[in-house]
Amino acid sequence: MKMHTKDDFYKGLKHGIPIALGYIPVSFTFGLMAVKGGIPVVAAILISMTNLTSAGQFAGMNLIIEGASLIEIALTTFIVNLRYMLMSISLSQKLSNKIPDFKKYILAFGITDEIFAISAVQPGELTSSYMAGLITIPYIGWALGTAMGALTSSLLPPTLQSAMGIALYCMFIAIVVPAAKESKAALVVALTAITISSAFTWIPYINSLSTGWVIIIATIVASSIGAVIFPREEDEYE
Amino acid sequence: MSNVYPALIVMALVTYMIRVLPIILIKGKLKSKFVKSFLYYMPYAVLGAMTFPGILYSTGNILASVLGGAFALFLAYHNQEMIKVAIGGILAAYICQLLL
Repeated sequence: MKMHTKDDFYKGLKHGIPIALGYIPVSFTFGLMAVKGGIPVVAAILISMTNLTSAGQFAGMNLIIEGASLIEIALTTFIVNLRYMLMSISLSQKLSNKIPDFKKYILAFGITDEIFAISAVQPGELTSSYMAGLITIPYIGWALGTAMGALTSSLLPPTLQSAMGIALYCMFIAIVVPAAKESKAALVVALTAITISSAFTWIPYINSLSTGWVIIIATIVASSIGAVIFPREEDEYE
Repeated sequence: MSNVYPALIVMALVTYMIRVLPIILIKGKLKSKFVKSFLYYMPYAVLGAMTFPGILYSTGNILASVLGGAFALFLAYHNQEMIKVAIGGILAAYICQLLL
C-alpha cells in the first residue's frame, strides 16, 4: 500500500514535467508584464502562488494596473475562471472516495486546464498521491517562471523561450491524438470544439468574446454533442 | 493603479471558490447517463478548444508554430510519451525560428 502511494506520487510528478515546461514561458511573461506595469516583484510572485491561473491572472493584473475597483476585479476573475467549475465537477466524480474531504479541498486549489486534462484522462479513480505529484512541479514552474520574469534575469535565450510557448499545446496534442485514433467519439468531440473555438477567433462580431467564455461554450456544446450521439454505457465509465 | 494586496486576495479567493465549491457540494456519484457521458467527453472538448487555434500564436511566429505542431501531431500519432511530444514540438519550433 505504501509502495503504491509512492509510485502514484512519482507517476504524478512525471506527468507534471511537460506541464511545467509549458508554464515557464507563460509565467515568465506574466512576471515581466506585471513588474513593467508597476506591480512589486513580491506581489507578482504572490499572485502566481495564490492564483495559479493563466488568463485569469493576466486579466486581473491588467485591471490592477488600470486602477479598477475590487468588484470589477472579482467579477472579471470569476468570469475568466468559471471553466474551472466544470472541471471541478468532473474531478468530483473521478477522485477516489477514500480521499478525506480536507485533502480534496486542498487538491481543488491545483485545478488548472492542463492538470485537469491530464488527470481526467487517467484510467480509473484518482488517488491523492497522484494528484499531489501532478500539481507539484507545475506549481513550482509557475512560481519560478513568474519570479524569473519579475526579476528579468531569464537564463533562457529569447528564441528558445518563445519556442517553449508551444509546449502546452504539444502536450494537449499528445493526449487527444491517441484517444481520437481509438475512439470516433473523442475525435468528433475534439473536432467540434476546435471548430467552435476557430469560429470565435476568426468570424467577425463574435470574435470579441474572451478566451474564458470561448472555452466554456466550446466545451459545453462539444461535450453535449458527444453525450447525445455517443452516450456512454454504465460500466464504461471510469 | 489599484491597491495590489487586497486585489490579490480577492482574485485568489474568487478563484479558489470556483475550484472548491463543486467538490464541497457534490457528494457521491452523479447518476444521469447524459451527465456522465458529458463529463467523460469534457477533457477532449477542453483540449480541442484550447489547442486550436491557440497553438498558431504560441511561439510568436505562425510558421514555426505550424511546423512545431505538425511534428507534435506526428509524434502523438505514433503514441510517443507526452514529454517527448512536448520536447519534440519545442525543438521543431525552435529550429524553425533559428532558420527563419
